[in-house]
Amino acid sequence: MEWLSWFSHPENTKPLALIIFFVTFIGILVYVYGSRKRGQKLESYRDIPFLDEQDANKDKQ
Amino acid sequence: MATDTHSGAEPAEQYNFDIVKKFAVMSLVWAVVGMSVGVWIASELAWPFLNFDSPYFSFGRFRPVHTSAVIFGFGGSALFATSYYVVQRTCQARLFPDGLASFTFWGWQTVIVLAAVSYVLGYTQAREYAEMEWPIDILIEAVWVSYLIVFVGTIMRRKQPHIYVANWFYLGFILATALLHTFNNLAMPIDLFSMKSYSLFAGTQDAMTQWWYGHNAVGFFLTAAFLGMMYYFVPKHAGRPIYSYRLSIVHFWALCFMYMWVGGHHLHWTALPDWTSSLAAAFSILLLMPSWGGMINGIMTLSGAWDKLRTDPIMRFMIVALSFYGMSTFEGPMMSLKEVNALSHYTDWTVGHVHSGALGWVAMISFGSLYHMMPRLWNTRMWSQRLIEWHFWLATIGIVLYIVAMWISGITQGLMWRSFDEFGNLQYSFAESVAKMMPFYAMRAIGGMFFLTGAALMAWNMFMTIRQGQRENAAAVAGKLAHA
Repeated sequence: MEWLSWFSHPENTKPLALIIFFVTFIGILVYVYGSRKRGQKLESYRDIPFLDEQDANKDKQ
Repeated sequence: MATDTHSGAEPAEQYNFDIVKKFAVMSLVWAVVGMSVGVWIASELAWPFLNFDSPYFSFGRFRPVHTSAVIFGFGGSALFATSYYVVQRTCQARLFPDGLASFTFWGWQTVIVLAAVSYVLGYTQAREYAEMEWPIDILIEAVWVSYLIVFVGTIMRRKQPHIYVANWFYLGFILATALLHTFNNLAMPIDLFSMKSYSLFAGTQDAMTQWWYGHNAVGFFLTAAFLGMMYYFVPKHAGRPIYSYRLSIVHFWALCFMYMWVGGHHLHWTALPDWTSSLAAAFSILLLMPSWGGMINGIMTLSGAWDKLRTDPIMRFMIVALSFYGMSTFEGPMMSLKEVNALSHYTDWTVGHVHSGALGWVAMISFGSLYHMMPRLWNTRMWSQRLIEWHFWLATIGIVLYIVAMWISGITQGLMWRSFDEFGNLQYSFAESVAKMMPFYAMRAIGGMFFLTGAALMAWNMFMTIRQGQRENAAAVAGKLAHA
């Protein structure tokens, strides 16, 4: 269990935290902007606030 | 006097709008109460006789009444109202469950009333924006967990496969606030039947915990949550989808990553370890990017329809709010730089900065969203368009008066406090700097009066709108019965 003491040193955990957060954030950027097809799918969600009005109008008709 | 602030077709009773109406009305009540107390305490600083030599009227006791009423009463109720509205409409699902939602309303209003009464009676933890003593903290915890259950329960019932980004911001705010409230308020009461308690933390750790809470209250309560409001109501009112959905995703995650680290910038040049303070400053600077990305995303939603700014005062509220969001999120990182902070800290500049965010961003986006939402809830139109115009200009002039007064006053204070004479002694006494502030304190109080008058006009306009809606609905029902 001695390896756990490695985490008790800020000089180890600070760069480790930096790497984890940085890689995760880059991962999100790649996910969001990395694929044109996925990008189009994500952008289609922009219309969600207007969908309930469309449903209401359909109900009325 | 009905005017054309449009009301759309409402989906029938598939949603629980009763709870939304209650919170929306109370947000206006607390706006007027909280801002009145704010104007009172600002006037106390300009004209000290208003303290009446009574502890019950003193600045120290009234100040948390003001901050709690506007942040948690007005802002909190507006967030409950809009989040319950947005989550139902974007998930196309009814709130889960009605009883618990009702508990969040009565519980939250009780919290605000108890907090105000306890402050006036002199009970406080002396933790900024968390002055409530432990019994009220426990009630907040119960209300907040119920809020989380209602919000997540509604999302789990959704008919729409994707969770719209506004709900991410609201959920981030609910989770972060739960975390912040719990750890900042860890305290030991001196007796089961006493209001007094002592914090579990001490010294620098206590200060660090307080400002970890304090700045994240700004970051998640006063920023992320109102961004949730913005991501629904700006596109909805403009009648055009948000400029970039992908940018909104990056905006959300970047804010969540960065905000948690920046609280230390409130403790520059103190006993806090220097690396903590530098780290907080670095993250504060980094925050500028997602903040401005979000601002641009909101403003560009209006791209191709800028004429709406000329004709629609509600749209103007929203876009001016985004502009103040951009301005405050530039000023904040600048003030977090140690050299700038050495001048600005403990001065009125900080007060001006807080209010450019609180009045310019938080209050303006709330006003815009409530003007959009409330007539639709009562299935009518706004009673008076002209009063909305008046409100907009009173609020804008009020903010400008307020923040200009505080900039001048704050920078003057900072410069006077750091001036030395030829012998190395302080050039000015503290009392001399206070005397210099008096004209600016009067100017700030007048700015507050403008802002309060605008809010009072809104409350009146909304009262008349609700009455008009009730009459129209009653007439419609009577008409149907007559035909039956």
